[in-house]
Amino acid sequence: MLGGFLWLAASMYRNTLENLRTRGIGSGFGFLRSEAGFRIGEVTGLPLPQGGFLYFLLSLAAGLLLSRLVARRLAPGRGGPLPGKGLAACLALSVGLPLLVLYAFRHSVEIVRYSESSSYLVALATGLANTFKVAALGCAGSTVLGLLVALGRLSPNWLLGTLCRWYVELNRNLPVLLQLFFWYFIVLRGLPGVAQSIDLGGWLVLNNRGLFLPALVPREGAWLFCGAVAAALCGVWVVLRRSRRMWEETGRPGRRALPGALLLLGLPALAWLAGGTPFSLDFPVLQGFNYKGGTGLTPEFTALVVGLTVYISAFNAEIIRAGIESVSRGQREAARALAMNERQVMRVVILPQAMRVIVPPLTSEYLAVVKNSSLAVGIGYPDFVSVGGTILNQSGQAVEIVGIWMGVFLCISLCISFCMNVYNARIALVER
Amino acid sequence: MRSVFITLAAAGILALSSLAQAGTLQDVRKNGFLKCGTHIENPGFSALDANGQRIGFDVDFCRAVAAAINVPEVKYTPLTSKERLPALQSGEIDLLSRTTTYTMSRDANMGLDFTNITLYDGQGLMVRKSSGITSARQLDGATVCLQTGSTTELNVADYFRRNGMNYTPVVFDKQPDVRAAYDAGRCDVHTTDVSGLAAQRSLMKNPEEHVILPELISKEPLGPVVRHGDNQWGDIVRWTVWLTMAAEEYGVTAENADKLFAESPDPEIQRMLGKTGTLWQDLGLDAGAPVRVLKLVGNYGQIFGRNLGPGTPVNLPRGYNEQWTKGGLIYAPPFR
Repeated sequence: MLGGFLWLAASMYRNTLENLRTRGIGSGFGFLRSEAGFRIGEVTGLPLPQGGFLYFLLSLAAGLLLSRLVARRLAPGRGGPLPGKGLAACLALSVGLPLLVLYAFRHSVEIVRYSESSSYLVALATGLANTFKVAALGCAGSTVLGLLVALGRLSPNWLLGTLCRWYVELNRNLPVLLQLFFWYFIVLRGLPGVAQSIDLGGWLVLNNRGLFLPALVPREGAWLFCGAVAAALCGVWVVLRRSRRMWEETGRPGRRALPGALLLLGLPALAWLAGGTPFSLDFPVLQGFNYKGGTGLTPEFTALVVGLTVYISAFNAEIIRAGIESVSRGQREAARALAMNERQVMRVVILPQAMRVIVPPLTSEYLAVVKNSSLAVGIGYPDFVSVGGTILNQSGQAVEIVGIWMGVFLCISLCISFCMNVYNARIALVER
Repeated sequence: MRSVFITLAAAGILALSSLAQAGTLQDVRKNGFLKCGTHIENPGFSALDANGQRIGFDVDFCRAVAAAINVPEVKYTPLTSKERLPALQSGEIDLLSRTTTYTMSRDANMGLDFTNITLYDGQGLMVRKSSGITSARQLDGATVCLQTGSTTELNVADYFRRNGMNYTPVVFDKQPDVRAAYDAGRCDVHTTDVSGLAAQRSLMKNPEEHVILPELISKEPLGPVVRHGDNQWGDIVRWTVWLTMAAEEYGVTAENADKLFAESPDPEIQRMLGKTGTLWQDLGLDAGAPVRVLKLVGNYGQIFGRNLGPGTPVNLPRGYNEQWTKGGLIYAPPFR
């Protein structure tokens, strides 16, 4: 069986090469290094790690390993709480150390921006980055929206339940390409032209070329400021943990509000004073044909993200609702009998049991987001498939490009599946 | 999605098919129809008329070739820019007649052969009249709507790069989507070949609100394409097109072809129309081929006038596409 399959694959491969040769069509992947020559509408900077980046990875690995050792030594019992000092040491090792190293080698990450003189390879990578952007936002957005709609459908409120049911039925039963066109052309036609832009003093500009916001331009104090914010967030986490522990031990929660606020405001403010202004704002300004400067969302990107999010959220809503309803009524009633409030019932009793039903089908929906993002070419968003198609036409290397498309999408899908399977294993019901 | 599917299918055919490519003429005759790749909808070049018949400048050359080899039917495959070359490479179509630009890389590396140049065109830029733009040099910072998978994308990049100007492309798969986005105000500029721009303008909500800028930013020699390696097939397409061009030069039309075949004393016309000599038989066709072609589609001037000339929505002047005797570039080699 396997032998037959391998033979088929090998003969297909040989046949392809032979056909390409006899028809005088070039083959091989050498073309990826040639100059692309065309322009891409939305360019994401690609971080290209240099040699120094290795130190960061090493320090991260070392930090994680050391903090694990420390945790083992200080809290030998599995799952036992870690004393404060140990926790601080762990945090310093696993977060502080890599951050320091990253700061020391901050010039070792080169940001590559695609231009016409870049190679086909960089063009493909830029398209891939655009696909990732859409896929990540689509997955996150459709999960959150799906959860809200699912809760709406489950709510005893008749109006809310009916509205959510209609939302699901409408979005689930219309083809996604149609929905993308709907969002794209509705967004375009609904918005004013450049000259009539909705302009809120430069803080927000909206026209049919997109949404423009002021951009944050990092200055010399940016590194210190970001570090301070990260440290403050870690500090707040420690404060919350301590407060919770005291509540469990003594029945009285420890102080949370004051130390938390002090940390959150104080540390960044100190960093600002010490390191100078971290960011300056770059406002969009009307210049020539369009607004320049600032940062923005194009109609293509927005339509694609909104379209995919809304479409997939309808499926996610049903998956989540099915998961929640799969938990037997007795569980809910038992939890209520223990005087838990509705929030606690949901968070402590229902959701943990529902998750094992929800996660596997949710994986398929995440895969669907990634795969459907290839419809971008229909509404002019330069995603991986769109850019690949342009390259296919300029270079004529159809077989290679189709191979790259399939390989890359397969890799992305397998990665998502792997991560979701790991997560699924972690939340699986532990049978005793 | 459809385009991805066609590309995949084309790649699949390359992977699976055995080596059956030599005799395109025999294959077409055996099938009884010619498989011709054209535009989906580009008025003047390939579009459906009120009766659902495909008509246009590119379509007429498909019909001419079918008449020359005497098969009764042409099957049209509507293709996007992106799909057209793989479709021809893989053998899905026998002839590509879809405003395809003759370039060196396509000739050298893609297994294609360009036959004739049927239209000397150039890439143009269309803007709204209300923008007050009168020259392409004023377009720094503009947003440009265009179709993927053609020389258009590279030309516009080259032009803006050469002149040190900046622009943002918005790239679509299908020409109707480009038009819709431009019409909705997404872009300042719509660009494609000038002939195509005129055709697209005729489909806009208010055609008179748009103006094509005077600059041509590229050379676009357009013509039918065949697969590399089947020389006889290439020759048939080449001489069928040249026949229509020479017919215009010598004053042969759809209406007087029969009469001139019987009466013309001019030895060149006699050879061209197959009355004397064995030119068409040597090509693998029959002596009746030239008169059949001319009676079906007319000469080059008639094809141009009917589809692109004054009075049509495209309304393209002859320009370079005038006969060489009148200062144009249309020039057929001798029928000897």
